[in-house]
Amino acid sequence: MSSQAFTGGHKASHQELPPEFQDQEESIKITGFWMFIVTDVLIFASLFATYAVFVNRIASGPTPAQVFQLNTALIETLILLTSSFTIGIAIWAMRQNRQRMVTWWLVLTVLLGMAFVSIELTEFAGDVAAGWGWHTSAFLSAFFLLVAAHGTHVTMGIIWAVALLFQLRRRGLTTVTRRKLYTFSLYWHFLDIMWVFIFTVVYLGGRLI
Amino acid sequence: MPALPSFVPYLIHTLFPPWVRRPTEIGAEIMMTAAGAFIVYWLLKNKKLQWLWNEWLTTVDHKKIGIMYLVAAIIMLGRGGLDALMLRTNLAMPTLHFINASEYNEVFTTHGTIMVFFMAMPLIFALFNVVVPLQIGSRDVAFPRLNAISFWLFAFAAALFNLSFVVGGSPNAGWTAYPPLTELAFNHTVGENYYFVSLLMTGIGTTITGINFLVTILRMRAPGMTFMKMPLFTWATLNTSVLILFAFPPLTIALLESLLDRVAGTTFFGLAHGGMPMMYVNLFWLFGHPEVYILVLPAFGVFSEVVSTFSRKKLFGYPSMVLSMTAIMVLAYGTWVHHFFTMGAGPAVNVFFGLSTMLIAIPTGVKVFNWILTMWGGRLTFTTPMLYFLAMIPTFVIGGATGVMLGAVPADYQFHNSYFLVAHFHEVLIGGTVFGLLAGVYYWWPKMFGYKLNDHQGKWSFWLFAGGFWPTFIPQYWLGLEGMTRRMYTYPFGMGWHTLNVISTIGGLIMGAGFLVMVSNVLRSRLHREVDATGDPWDGRTLEWSIPSPAPEYNFAVIPTVDERDWWWEEKQRRQSGEKPAGPRPEDIRAIAIPKNTPVPILLGAAFFVGAFGLVFTWWPIALMGLAGVFGVLIYSWFQYDHYRILSAGEIRETEELLGRLGA
Repeated sequence: MSSQAFTGGHKASHQELPPEFQDQEESIKITGFWMFIVTDVLIFASLFATYAVFVNRIASGPTPAQVFQLNTALIETLILLTSSFTIGIAIWAMRQNRQRMVTWWLVLTVLLGMAFVSIELTEFAGDVAAGWGWHTSAFLSAFFLLVAAHGTHVTMGIIWAVALLFQLRRRGLTTVTRRKLYTFSLYWHFLDIMWVFIFTVVYLGGRLI
Repeated sequence: MPALPSFVPYLIHTLFPPWVRRPTEIGAEIMMTAAGAFIVYWLLKNKKLQWLWNEWLTTVDHKKIGIMYLVAAIIMLGRGGLDALMLRTNLAMPTLHFINASEYNEVFTTHGTIMVFFMAMPLIFALFNVVVPLQIGSRDVAFPRLNAISFWLFAFAAALFNLSFVVGGSPNAGWTAYPPLTELAFNHTVGENYYFVSLLMTGIGTTITGINFLVTILRMRAPGMTFMKMPLFTWATLNTSVLILFAFPPLTIALLESLLDRVAGTTFFGLAHGGMPMMYVNLFWLFGHPEVYILVLPAFGVFSEVVSTFSRKKLFGYPSMVLSMTAIMVLAYGTWVHHFFTMGAGPAVNVFFGLSTMLIAIPTGVKVFNWILTMWGGRLTFTTPMLYFLAMIPTFVIGGATGVMLGAVPADYQFHNSYFLVAHFHEVLIGGTVFGLLAGVYYWWPKMFGYKLNDHQGKWSFWLFAGGFWPTFIPQYWLGLEGMTRRMYTYPFGMGWHTLNVISTIGGLIMGAGFLVMVSNVLRSRLHREVDATGDPWDGRTLEWSIPSPAPEYNFAVIPTVDERDWWWEEKQRRQSGEKPAGPRPEDIRAIAIPKNTPVPILLGAAFFVGAFGLVFTWWPIALMGLAGVFGVLIYSWFQYDHYRILSAGEIRETEELLGRLGA
């Protein structure tokens, strides 16, 4: 293949690998995406560090226990965990070459992501309506930045998935679209894990303080 | 005369407030406009616009991107150096008010920021881009398009940062931008917005570069090049990339939180509402200390190549060189608190970080000994890069030793923020990083352009630059010990600082002269160039010297199989003895896919620039326009599939034949 000439011509001899890893160039892109995830983990690590330092610095604002509604956070958690399951099915279907199945499970993932984002936005709107904006205290600044950073990531993921749906329709399951789907699934699982940390550290931790 | 619409005075007042209407700023404005107009005129007159767009602005070729980084870095070195000379002039005599206090704040801020982020970093990336793919036997970096995106994010960020001088006002809180001084309550101008926004932009580019080179080195080495056969500069790039990956995220968050404090009303680092400035300082140095090694490891890599080539010997102690560099990379994360021992974190914390700081001196010492022992018994040639290497040894040793002094916690309470510190970090950053990068530029110049820089003028430039360096910075150690603090804009008579400051300023001027000779050398070497047809003017040892200079766009007609550490050195013996053919055999040449040019990177950079400019002035509609532009370009790029064009085997054979490269 021409692209193998570009990457130096190490012919992949591992035919047992999933298709998205068999092409050298696409496989390199997956490595690159893992490295991106490393940097993004560190972005969240810095945000968590900020949150941990600021969680008790509430000034004249509300305490964490006053702000957080565990029910909503639990629902958000369930939705996001389910979407991690649905994208997993989509990747499984991709490896079975079942394009229609990939499409529908991806659509379901997008819908669950949208549900997650809208619940989060409603929660934020409620906080702001109660007068608890991010200007209120260092704690709220750190809380909103951490959770909104995650929410923004999910929103980006949704835009990405919709763009992928179009590409899937036009091009089908090719080497390139397979790799794109696979990296998207990595991204989505990563966001899920980050949310598990947010749920644990922020929402459950908030009940303890 | 009809009345002007009311927004015009508002615009003038916002874009050109009184503090950018001083003679220096207006002078700079006129010069920048004139230079811009001249460049556009020259391009139009010579019908070069199309050429510029096709050959440079849309290129994804790592060699051209490297050259663009180099040009930008040299321009920024000029600007940062000019800033430095303004600072030195002001300090030459007691109570000399060449520039006033607030101008002084702006100038030392832009000097530091430009030198670190817009001079040293791009110069490092210039060498990464030009050298690494050639050194590992690869056709390009792993992600050529992302590589161009990195460059354009840097270039537009640099433009934005420099724009602050003439539009809106410069940042003035030091290159570290500590809160609460950067908070809106204490700093009303848009200067700090410029700082945060442009550093965020260039930080994204840098992170992408780190990912790109890490993956390139991990996945795209020539067959047979195991980790322990990689050239040292490639090892340095690998370690630097890992450092970038881990260091830039905390900086991004520190900058983002500061920016949000200023433009969106959060309370992270202010004094009201429970904010805490020390959190910023921790996040900043969590980046800042690894950054020191990001700056110096590539220089170590260059020195290792230079000393081995010009001693005509294998590098002494290769495994210990690799090990010590990796040790530095790991230890770099454990030392950040030594930048603020005086914060009062308590003896236990301070002692931990003091010890980890001193520990780093050990692997660094190993490297210095190995370099010296490489020269032992070698046949030395004293070219300009070799001179920079030799000058580095004493400066870096003294700079390193004073670093250990600063790492001693009780003593640091005395040295902290004095000129002793200023002397220390300039000694390692210039004596280590800048000497190293300049050595690299002289060393790889023939690989980039196909001709050497004039060695005679290079030596003049070296003696002025390195000779001016000592009188500039050595007196500053004494100034620090005599109580002169960092960032003071003037001082009264009778402090006993006068003589040393005069010496320091004269030294600075000599260094400036050295820079001018270097620039003139670049121009004159181009005019009187002697084309190097061998591709190997220094009798080099590593893969990049095995191909023509400048390298053809596909780099290697046939990717070599590497079986030795200094592969090209051994290969030359084999070719001379007739054991191997003199070049790639025509029948081995295959068609190669070359990444196509694309306007995506420059458009993405431009969209970022628009959004960032809107953010600086908190003009939200413009910021949103920029954001929409970013998404537009990204989505356009997602739907692009056809990234390659095919260079046929015949075309490659023809090129190689013309270059006289084909083996029988």
